[in-house]
Amino acid sequence: MKRFAPLPLRIRFVGLIGLTVLASCLGTSSLANGASVDRAVLDAEARRIEVIDRAAQTVLAIFGPDSGDKKISGGSGVVISPDGFALTNFHVVHPIGPWMKCGMADGKLYDAVLVGLDPTGDVALIKLLGRDDFPTAEPADSDKARVGDPVFAMGNPFLLATDFQPTTSHGILSGTHRYQFPTGSILEYTDCLQTDAAINPGNSGGPLFDADGKLLGINGRCSFEKRGRVSVGVGYAISINQIGHFQGVLRSGRIVDHATLGARVAFDANGQVVVDDILDTSDAYRQGLRYGDEIVRFAGRPIDSPGAMKNILGIFPKGWRVPLVYRRDGNRQTIFVRLAGLHHEGQLEQKIKDKPPEPPIPKSPIPAPEQPEGKKKEKRKSAKELEFTQEKEPIPMPSIVGAHYEKKDRFANYHYNRLGRQRVWSSWHESLGAAGSLSGTWHLTGHTDGGQPFSWTIDRGGVTAKLPGGQLTLDAGSPSGENLDPPHSGGLLSALFFWNRIESQIDQAFAEMTYWGSLPASAWSAEYKDNQTAENGPLEILLGRRDGVEIQFIFNAKNGRLVGIDLFPHADAAPCEIRFSGFKTVNGKTVPCRWEVRHNGQRYGVFHVEQWQIEPKPTTSQDHETKLQ
Amino acid sequence: MKPFLYQFQIETASCHAFTLRENTLFPRGWTRNFKLERELLENPNRNNRSVWSRCLLVCAVMFASFWTGATHGEEGVINNWRDAIPRVVKITGAGGLQGLQPYQTGILISPSGHVLTALSYVLDTDEISVTLDDGRRFYARLIGAEVRREIAVLKIDADDLPHFDLNQIVSNVPAGTRVFALSNLFQVAVGSEPVSVQRGVISIQTKLSARRGAAETRFDAPVYLLDAITNNPGAAGGAVVTRDGRLVAMLGKEFRSAVHHTWLNYALGIDQLRPSIKPILTGKKMANAEKEEPPRPESPLTAAILGVELVPNVLDRTPPFIDRVRPDSPAAAAGLRPNDLIVLIDDRLIQTVDRFCETLERYESTARPAITVERDGKLIDLK
Repeated sequence: MKRFAPLPLRIRFVGLIGLTVLASCLGTSSLANGASVDRAVLDAEARRIEVIDRAAQTVLAIFGPDSGDKKISGGSGVVISPDGFALTNFHVVHPIGPWMKCGMADGKLYDAVLVGLDPTGDVALIKLLGRDDFPTAEPADSDKARVGDPVFAMGNPFLLATDFQPTTSHGILSGTHRYQFPTGSILEYTDCLQTDAAINPGNSGGPLFDADGKLLGINGRCSFEKRGRVSVGVGYAISINQIGHFQGVLRSGRIVDHATLGARVAFDANGQVVVDDILDTSDAYRQGLRYGDEIVRFAGRPIDSPGAMKNILGIFPKGWRVPLVYRRDGNRQTIFVRLAGLHHEGQLEQKIKDKPPEPPIPKSPIPAPEQPEGKKKEKRKSAKELEFTQEKEPIPMPSIVGAHYEKKDRFANYHYNRLGRQRVWSSWHESLGAAGSLSGTWHLTGHTDGGQPFSWTIDRGGVTAKLPGGQLTLDAGSPSGENLDPPHSGGLLSALFFWNRIESQIDQAFAEMTYWGSLPASAWSAEYKDNQTAENGPLEILLGRRDGVEIQFIFNAKNGRLVGIDLFPHADAAPCEIRFSGFKTVNGKTVPCRWEVRHNGQRYGVFHVEQWQIEPKPTTSQDHETKLQ
Repeated sequence: MKPFLYQFQIETASCHAFTLRENTLFPRGWTRNFKLERELLENPNRNNRSVWSRCLLVCAVMFASFWTGATHGEEGVINNWRDAIPRVVKITGAGGLQGLQPYQTGILISPSGHVLTALSYVLDTDEISVTLDDGRRFYARLIGAEVRREIAVLKIDADDLPHFDLNQIVSNVPAGTRVFALSNLFQVAVGSEPVSVQRGVISIQTKLSARRGAAETRFDAPVYLLDAITNNPGAAGGAVVTRDGRLVAMLGKEFRSAVHHTWLNYALGIDQLRPSIKPILTGKKMANAEKEEPPRPESPLTAAILGVELVPNVLDRTPPFIDRVRPDSPAAAAGLRPNDLIVLIDDRLIQTVDRFCETLERYESTARPAITVERDGKLIDLK
């Protein structure tokens, strides 16, 4: 554990004195020569020192707890929020496990816990514990970065920094929007930044800053080939804009998947990028995209090659929606496509379990020396290695970490999922108003867009609807995945039934109820623009599962209101989408009185609610209750 | 094609004096100076007064450009090197086995598609492709090579291409000059993606042969050593440019010290290469002389007459190694030996056994052309 002890201040003093001596030498020599340095040069230098000084405060030296049989593992990281959320690489934390030690430039060592994982993108979100005023790095807009821009990388190459002072290496951006093929089966670097600043083993997970000290990305990969595993001036960083897309999802404590369109594109004979293959279960297909259509733009960027498509697709998490512009017979169409997961349910988790990722940068602090050709590497265990292989008592998880960690299958850290779920739940109830709950039997009446009257009765026993087309019922006992009534709605009755159910008992309505995470409103609905007003602010999603049905409850993160429900009767089915607006206060409760229902890219109808009575549930009645896990 | 004017040595002492002080190698207006020098050289008997008045004008223009450069020139300087990016192309060809990557880099040196690159195994195929910065891809012909400089010139069929003017290059760039290296190292860039850019400083201009025992290169002229790791797989043929985007040098092939196995980051000064490029561009030195084919002699020269036997021609492109030399033959007299690799016949590039035979057939049976072979990594001229 000696490794974790903060370094004596003495060493830092020695360094300071050394610098002072050096500086005074330089000072006298320049005076002696009578040379004058241009003011602008001195100003630029002073500014650079100031920027690096400030940036250094946010950089982490990450160490794993001594696992006994392994070599020291670790890497770098950077803090992005005052309460301690920090970014690093998936391949840094994966061998370490759910908790780690992070050294900072203040010379202190902090306990940290894993929060979320993005294995495909090689990103991990961790949280430092013990402070709520950590110095943080401000994100840059990495899409605006240009080739040639000065940058600097910081981190802990070769795990040198026993005093946790980060190493700084300076360079320029050599390329932007680069694509690097997956190493092994995961770790694909898409739309990444390329730099000639030295990135070495141990730099993994550390920040790449621009000249203003703003965070451009997370360093994690290099091209090496035959020159040994040290920098050859070709390093890659995951862009902060890509990480920005994932950040809200990573905070859910989940293992987050990347996205796929469900279609493959290729060059046609005229050099245009066209759909070469498309799954009829994909959302793009449901929205009208077909084989042979020319892809013009995707997620707001022009598409001039199949590679460009792949590059852009890689920056989004599963579940995001992006605009896609295609051309058929000279006509342009814009659709808003929901992206499916790159992996099947559980496949990603299995991949991680089966085979640890091949690190793009080895975590061994000392790179293997290059062997002259013809000589075989001698495999002999040194005394030191033998010592390491001795069984050691596993180091117990510190109690502060234990309070922030909950192990659960398919989650990086279920503690943060639970927290997120409770937070969304309680802010939703706050948004309802004084009474705080809608639980009970609902009697709703109103009229549709066409002016025709309707009425709904919804409770835990089921739904009875009197619609312009006739009367429909849903019994709570029937498997809801098969009841897609009313026709062409995609399962509106089921969606409303579940809504009523979570109002009463969040934990019991579903086999599983999890917190999906947050995303900007613009990534969920085409109507939302990027401005972050209360109406258009970020959204948070709760995800319920029961009998193969998946249902998403979408909340406005700023005011806690439920703004939408998406019900997927089964994995490949088109969802029933309800969008809520027209919030009014009824009986002291603020509820949405305009429900717009869509299915398969078509509007099913709009319901204007005029009366909403809530009959509190009878305390003894359990008769209609079907047993739910 | 425009003929190149070599009589104008563009690097003058005075130029360097001011360029170094200003940290930008060539301010705007310098080209005017260059043109004037050219005129003076072309017409030495010109009216002196006119020359002098023009000199004054040029001085005034230069002063003016200096002044503006000093006040708000920084942006212009930074933008200029970016202009070099579309002048660098991605080349793919032979390779892909045993760590030999099938790609490298090239520099456009004419608007009509001449590409300067390193002569390497990548070009040892009939299917060389060149991808421009805008993503357009062309098949390229190897039109000439200079084995002593290890350079080659390719030609693609395109027009109006952005290119480096060989008359506008920078020579004898002093140590300490900041440069950018543009190359397709590790084939990071594909299609319309721009090549990778690295920044560095010229460390020294020196001869590789000064590294006694460590060098395995044929290049005996001075080269630039760079302080950045520029010579990676695929970087050969890349451009080294000044901050204002002028071409300085071409990145050399990967080169490793035989003594301590370190890799050297170096570039070949374009001023050293230019005399070799010119004859290729003007058609005096063609690799594949399809054009201006001389009439075939009635009794042509053959390998048998010379007394050499090459290795069996079993591949598409069998390298022309000598298998046997007949004693007392012209070949033996000239000093050819088994295992020599034939590189040139009278300065014609010989890459295959087929090419060797075809080339000999252009000579009368009595002719004895000069033959250059590679033996133990060195080029040897034999007559």
